[in-house]
Amino acid sequence: MTDNITPNQDTAPVQEPAKGAVVLEVRDLSVDFGVDKKWVPAAIGLNYEVRAGEVLAIVGESGSGKSASSMALLGLLPSNSRVSGSVRLSGKELLGANAANIREVRGKDVAVIFQEPMTALNPVYTVGAQIVETVRLHNEVSPDQARERALRMLELVELPDPEKAFKSYPHQLSGGQRQRAMIAQSLSCDPKLLIADEPTTALDVTVQAEILDLIRNLRNKLDSAIVLITHDMGVVADLADRIAVMRRGLIVETGTAEQVFRNPRHEYTQALLAAVPHLGQGGADQGAEVDVTAALAAAAHAELESVDHDDLVRRERENAAALAAAAAERPQGEPVLELTDVAIEYPKQGRVPAFRAVEGANLVIYPGQVVGLVGESGSGKTTIGRAAVGLLPVAAGTMRVVGQDISAAKKNGKQLHQVRRHIGMVFQDPSSSLNPRLPIGESIGEPMFLAGEAKGSGLQKRIEALLDQVELPRSYRNRYPHELSGGQKQRVGIARALSLKPKLMVADEPTSALDVSVQAKVLELFQNLQKDLGFACLFVTHDLAVVDVLADRICVMQRGRIVEQGSRDQILRNPQEPYTQRLLAAVPLPDPEKQRERRELRAQLLASGVE
Amino acid sequence: MIQYILRRLLQIIPVFIGTTLLVYFMVFALPGDPIRALFGDRPPSEAVIAQLRQQYNLDQPFWVQYGLFLKNLFTFNLGVDFTGQPIAATLGRIFPVTVMLAVEALIIQTVFGVTFGLIAGLRKGKVFDATVLIASLVVIAIPTFVLGFVLQLLVGVQLGWAKPTVGATADWGNLILPATVLGLVSFAYVLRLTRASVIENMNADYVRTATAKGLSRPRVVVTHILRNSMIPVITYLGASLGGLMGGAIVTESIFNVPGVGQKLFQAVIRSEGPTVVAIVSVLVLVFVIANLLVDLLYAWLDPRIRYEN
Repeated sequence: MTDNITPNQDTAPVQEPAKGAVVLEVRDLSVDFGVDKKWVPAAIGLNYEVRAGEVLAIVGESGSGKSASSMALLGLLPSNSRVSGSVRLSGKELLGANAANIREVRGKDVAVIFQEPMTALNPVYTVGAQIVETVRLHNEVSPDQARERALRMLELVELPDPEKAFKSYPHQLSGGQRQRAMIAQSLSCDPKLLIADEPTTALDVTVQAEILDLIRNLRNKLDSAIVLITHDMGVVADLADRIAVMRRGLIVETGTAEQVFRNPRHEYTQALLAAVPHLGQGGADQGAEVDVTAALAAAAHAELESVDHDDLVRRERENAAALAAAAAERPQGEPVLELTDVAIEYPKQGRVPAFRAVEGANLVIYPGQVVGLVGESGSGKTTIGRAAVGLLPVAAGTMRVVGQDISAAKKNGKQLHQVRRHIGMVFQDPSSSLNPRLPIGESIGEPMFLAGEAKGSGLQKRIEALLDQVELPRSYRNRYPHELSGGQKQRVGIARALSLKPKLMVADEPTSALDVSVQAKVLELFQNLQKDLGFACLFVTHDLAVVDVLADRICVMQRGRIVEQGSRDQILRNPQEPYTQRLLAAVPLPDPEKQRERRELRAQLLASGVE
Repeated sequence: MIQYILRRLLQIIPVFIGTTLLVYFMVFALPGDPIRALFGDRPPSEAVIAQLRQQYNLDQPFWVQYGLFLKNLFTFNLGVDFTGQPIAATLGRIFPVTVMLAVEALIIQTVFGVTFGLIAGLRKGKVFDATVLIASLVVIAIPTFVLGFVLQLLVGVQLGWAKPTVGATADWGNLILPATVLGLVSFAYVLRLTRASVIENMNADYVRTATAKGLSRPRVVVTHILRNSMIPVITYLGASLGGLMGGAIVTESIFNVPGVGQKLFQAVIRSEGPTVVAIVSVLVLVFVIANLLVDLLYAWLDPRIRYEN
């Protein structure tokens, strides 16, 4: 890898910002959107500045205006928008500049990394062609020189095979590789300012950790100013020097990362930090906080520079003691879900051969138990959830659900029909899992009606009772899904899943589409319901912190296999498998100091790792 | 890739046998006697009829007739039609004309459809968009023969800008009117398809990326929006080519174009099995190959559906 990424052909007349010089200065920036002939404010009077080599994180939940205000910097908003105020890039005013000047700035002085690397790269051109396009647009270079430079950029972002990545189309790369390619394109003209709009949100945690490492390295190397837009406090803690917290178009708090995390002044910031699920913190009744760093350090026999040796030893010892003290599980009753050496296949379709998504899975859930199934995308966790409901056939082994062996059950047969009455399912996307043309009362009542459990006024009473349980007003039952917020829709989804009083609940990433503060409330509701009603639950998620809040047992999946399972204490305090350790180490902590320890530990784990 | 093309070409065989069999059977099952019909009101002697029947294999059962047809086909001997003309010569005369007509119509509908569709899509909701949308609806609503006669009268006869009829010698110039009429209906569909596709792609993330890179608007439109928007349009164009080739009967009669449509119509009226089946066979081939080309073009346009095995 080379440190000098500026090609010598680049004349670069723009004065290089001195270290620490203000690169971006935003004064009184307001953004409005025209909706139904009215101006609706998205951002109001924002003031901030970013210096060279500094990362400013703009944090907020959906609708806070964090993205809209940042897109306004480059004039990337749709035409129904209005922007006022002042945006100065190294002293040069950007707002109101003419189109040609703005184009000159875009991609050259200011580059953007978008959230969804799959859709942000054009699917019909190779990665190389897209980077070359950018390079040649802003530099007078020959195609060969542009190609050279594109290859060097792909090397800089640590893609394993730059030549191959250059010739690949976006869909041929993995999510992390695509985001690296996107970053390579953004950096190809040495921008003074990099705007990263949720750069890791669509990625798995281990990939997210790698991309964050990459951005940190590049920041040190290139000395660009970075504006990081995110909702994830862990990402902020990992990367940010300074933080601006946004809510409803206003910046409610700014400060250094230390200040904001240690001593948040605004109540919204405090609420936001409190809502972030914190791996190791556990649920309300799960006792002491687990020191995951210490657990990992013990497992990896690591020495950390950032932590005093004696202190670490003490922490490791406390952790071991807590594990020994943890109550052993006492399973009671007949298992609700039991998988023995199960393999699950997606059946072959035409010329596409059958795909075996899960192999050799063993898993038992006893009544009243919550089992968290954790894994990254493609690990097969959702597949197990779907097979448990009989939506996918079992290719080998036996799967028993509420006492019945459904491994050989016929698709849509009578047996499955019966078994499904005892299973409730909550889906990931609350918007698309509710029928948009049915009032939510009907969505909730449909399972009971179809099962012949209740009808007429009896049904109405049950619907009302369910709405009470999920803490929605009864009057909502005549509303349609689009009239509800995401969190409310997911409550409806839970009510529907509960309507037949299931013995087993299969929840497939039920909170991953929600904002943290909403997620916290939905998780709390879910926990209370589970305690009251005592259903067993298979909770599928990619988010270890969420599982930590809810689950009694944790199963870790990788590439179609359950690599490790055990009680929450066993997994968090004493992870055995290298993959589990890496997964735990990759979850960013919403605390800059602890995250620094964790990062060092992760580096050591990776260095000592066999894989 | 080569494997894919070979597989697709092999698929032509069952399609070909199926369609020819079907068409042959339908002609066979037509009521009336084609030989007697040939002579009109003056019935010839039974001996002449019997001799003609034997000459055209009409005295054989259906399967034998079909078998003989296939055998002749593979020995490139298409035989003669009921007027004694070699069918191969007829095909050689009519197909170039129709291909010319279809290609001209295809060019007209593509160039105008894509251009207007692109502009309308980019200016969604503006005056141009609304005007074009209404105009295209009108074009779709008017039957082809009305459109044909109106254009013939207006442009061909009164204004004299183009030849109102084609006649025996068709060329690119005098085919312009029938090609326009033929292309107009598909033009409306191409326009609407392009417009919808452009509107969808205009708001795609990669278009925002392209803008954020600093590309000028025209370059964003041409290299990023237009190319991605062509994918559904190409599919439609491929399918419409078959229609342009075989379904131009009305247009060909209005403008007196000596092409496939007219000949096919006459042959059906006269129950000339061999001629009908020969023409249809060629059309089937054209259709299948056009579809193959579309699929290959599709893969070129959209790398996500490259055919790999």
